[in-house]
Amino acid sequence: MPGPYRETDLTEKVEAFLSDLKRGGSGTGPLRGSAETARETTALLRRITAQVRWSSAGDLMEVIRKEGRRMSAAQPSETTVGNMIRRVLKIIREEYARSRGSSEEADQQESLHKLLTSGGLSEENFRQYFTALKANVIEAINELLTELEGTTDNIAMQALEHIHSNEVIMTIGRSRTVEAFLKDAARKRKFHVIVAECAPFCQGHEMATSLSKDGIETTVITDAAIFAVMSRVNKVIIGTQTVLANGGLRAVNGTHTLALAAKHHSTPLIVCAPMFKLSPQFPNEEDTFHKFVSPHEVLPFTEGEILSKVNVHCPVFDYVPPELITLFISNIGGHAPSYIYRLMSELYHPEDHEL
Amino acid sequence: NVGILIRLRADSHCHIKNEDDQWQIKEHFLTPLGSVVKRLPEHIQVDDPDVLKKLAKKLERQQIPRRLDYGYKVSLFSHLLQYSRKAPLTQQLSIPSAVIHPAIVRLGLQYSQGIVAGSNARSIALLHAFKQVISDYTTPSNEELSRDLVNKLKPYISFLNQCRPLSASMGNAIKYIKKEISNIPSQFKEDDAKKKLLNCIECFIEEKIVLAAKAIAKSSIEKINDGDVILVYGCSSLVNHILCEAFEKGRKFRVIVVDSRPRLEGREALRRLVQKGISCTYVLISAVSYILPEVSKVFLGAHALLANGYVMSRVGTSQIALVAKAFNVPVLVCCETYKFCERVQTDSFVSNELDDPDDLIVTRKGETQLKDWQQVPRLGLLNLVYDVTPPDFVDLVITDLGMIPCTSVPVVLRVKNVDLL
Repeated sequence: MPGPYRETDLTEKVEAFLSDLKRGGSGTGPLRGSAETARETTALLRRITAQVRWSSAGDLMEVIRKEGRRMSAAQPSETTVGNMIRRVLKIIREEYARSRGSSEEADQQESLHKLLTSGGLSEENFRQYFTALKANVIEAINELLTELEGTTDNIAMQALEHIHSNEVIMTIGRSRTVEAFLKDAARKRKFHVIVAECAPFCQGHEMATSLSKDGIETTVITDAAIFAVMSRVNKVIIGTQTVLANGGLRAVNGTHTLALAAKHHSTPLIVCAPMFKLSPQFPNEEDTFHKFVSPHEVLPFTEGEILSKVNVHCPVFDYVPPELITLFISNIGGHAPSYIYRLMSELYHPEDHEL
Repeated sequence: NVGILIRLRADSHCHIKNEDDQWQIKEHFLTPLGSVVKRLPEHIQVDDPDVLKKLAKKLERQQIPRRLDYGYKVSLFSHLLQYSRKAPLTQQLSIPSAVIHPAIVRLGLQYSQGIVAGSNARSIALLHAFKQVISDYTTPSNEELSRDLVNKLKPYISFLNQCRPLSASMGNAIKYIKKEISNIPSQFKEDDAKKKLLNCIECFIEEKIVLAAKAIAKSSIEKINDGDVILVYGCSSLVNHILCEAFEKGRKFRVIVVDSRPRLEGREALRRLVQKGISCTYVLISAVSYILPEVSKVFLGAHALLANGYVMSRVGTSQIALVAKAFNVPVLVCCETYKFCERVQTDSFVSNELDDPDDLIVTRKGETQLKDWQQVPRLGLLNLVYDVTPPDFVDLVITDLGMIPCTSVPVVLRVKNVDLL
C-alpha cells in the first residue's frame, strides 16, 4: 500500500539524516559543508510536507517543529539545520496568510496601533483548511532550494567590487565561499593571498593548495604569525560558521585574534556569509556556545606521561563581536553588521526563534 | 681595496684592515652621544648582490663553507636567508677541519639542527665553547695574545653565523669577550692570560645569567599572588625558573601554557612545570581568545629588548600581548639586561629569521596536503622565528636592575655603556 510505505520510507530518510548529522559533527563521518546541510535539510522538509498527512497549516507547523527539534538536537553546533526549519515555518505562515487573503504587510508590522486594537498577540491559530496550500508551500520550498543552490555564485559575483589589483588579502582556515570569491576575482585581477593555517586541523593548507593551483600567489603562515604579518595586509576576508543575531560571528578558532589584529592595524574585515547562516541565536549562552573536540589533536597520546596531570582544551569555535567586523557580503548584497537584525526579521518570524 | 669592516651590532669601535694587513682601530665613528653610523649585518641584506659577493670572498678567505638558500622565499622576505635543516653546513667541512675548532663545529651543528635553542641556552653554550677554544689556544711566536686570539675567533664567529644568525645575547657576549681579550696587558704570561680569560667568562655567566635570573625571580614573586592564573607562551627558561621558584616559596597558582606550531616548544615548558607539581592547562595559540577570560596575568620571555622599547621575542608573543590587552589582562615581560640591544625596529619584516619552510608540512588523517609545495609554482610557506611587540601592549618589564616600563630600555643601555667604557 502506498500510504504506510511512504511513511516508513520517510522515517528512514529522517533517521539516516540524523545519524549523518551526529557523525559529521565529531569529525568521523563524512565532512559536509554548511551549504550541503542546508540543502539536505530543506529537501527533507519538502518531503515531509509532501508525504505526511496534515489538514491545516497548524498541523504541518507542529510536525515540522517536532522533526526540527530532533534534527537540531542531533548536532547543536550545526545551526543551518535550525535556520532552514525556521525559514520553512515562515514560508508556511506567509502562504497561509496569502491564502486567507490578508495582506502580508499588515501582518508583519507590529505597530503600536495594531497592538492596542487587536488586543495583544494575534489570534491566529492556523486551523483553516485551504486546498491549494500544500502546492503553494511546496512551490515556495522549491524556490528556497533554488536560492540555496545559487548562493556561492551570487557571493562570488561581487568579488570584483571589493578586490583591487596588487592587494594582499588574508584569510584563515578553509571556507568554500571565500575560495569561490577569491577565485572569481583572480580571473581578472592579480593579487596575493596569505592563508593562516588554523591549527590543529590545518585546513588552511587545503585552501592554499586549491588557491595556488588556480594561479593565485599564496603564502601559508602559522597562526602565531598573524599579528606579525598583519601590517602588510590590505584586507581580511573570512568565512564563518554562523552569523549571530547581534551581528557577531561564531567562526573557526583563531578568528577573534585575526579580527583584533585587523582592528589594531585598521584593516577592513569582510565576512562572506550566505543568508542561510544567519541564526537568531545570541552569544550569551555560555555552555552551548562552545564546542570541543578531542584534546588528542592538541596534545597527542604519545606525550603519555604528562597527559594525566594536565588539562587540555581544544575549542572549535570563536566568538567575534560585531564591533570588529566591517562588512558582511551575502547572496543578497553587502551589509553592515548593524543591519543584521533587520534581515533577521525578514527571514524568520519572532515566534519561531524558539523551536 | 679600502678594506672590509668587521662589525658587531652596536659596536662603536671599527676594526679596519688596511692594505698591509695591519689592524687599526678607527674611532671616528664615535660621537658624544655614542656611535651613529652602524653597519647593517649581512644576513638581512641577502637581496643585494654586492653584499653577497663580499661575504663570499670573506668566507673563502676564512676557509668556511657557505650555506645556500633553500626553497621559494616569500617576496616580502627576499632580503633574509632561508635554510633547510636537512643540509647542515658541517657536511661541507673536511674532518678534521684545519681552521675551525671541533668544539665550534659541534656547536654550529647543534644550532643549525635546533638542538640548542633559546637565547640563554645559546649564549651559555657559546661561552663554554669559547672557554674550550681559549684553553686549547697557544700563542704563535712573534704574535701578541691580545691581538691574535681575536683574529682566531673571527672565522669561528662567521661559521656560527652561517649555521644560524647570531642572537642579540650572543652578540653582546662576544663583544664582552673581545673587549676582555684586547684588554689583556702584554706582559702577562700565556697561562696567566688564559686563566684570567676563563675567569672572566665564568664571571659573565654567573653574573649576567644565573644571578640575574635569581634577582628577577625575587622581584617577580612579589607580582604573583595566591589564586592567580598565569599564562605563559612557549618555553622561556627565565619564566619557567620564576614559576618554579614561586611554587617552591608556597604561592598557590595555576599555569596555562600556550603553544604554537611548528616548534611546539610549549610541551617542554609543560613537562618542566608538571614535574615540579604545578597544575597546568595546555592550549594552542588559536584558542587564546577562549582561555583569556580565565587569566589574571601574562608572563612572557624575551629574546632581546630593542632601544625603542619594542620587545623582540618568539613569533606569536605580540599576538598574545594584543589579545591580553583587549581583555585587560596585565602583560609582564621578563628579560635580563645582557639581552638589551641598541637596534631599533618597528615591524617584524626588516630583521627576522626564516626557519626551514618544510616544518609547516603536517600529515593529518593520512593526507599530507603540502607535500609537494615546491612543485606548485605560486605557493610559498613562511616560517618566521621572531616578532616584535609594541611597547603599548607591555605593562612592565622585570629585569635584574628592577622593574621598568618598556620605554626605559635606552636609559638602561646608556647606563650600561657608561659602565663598560
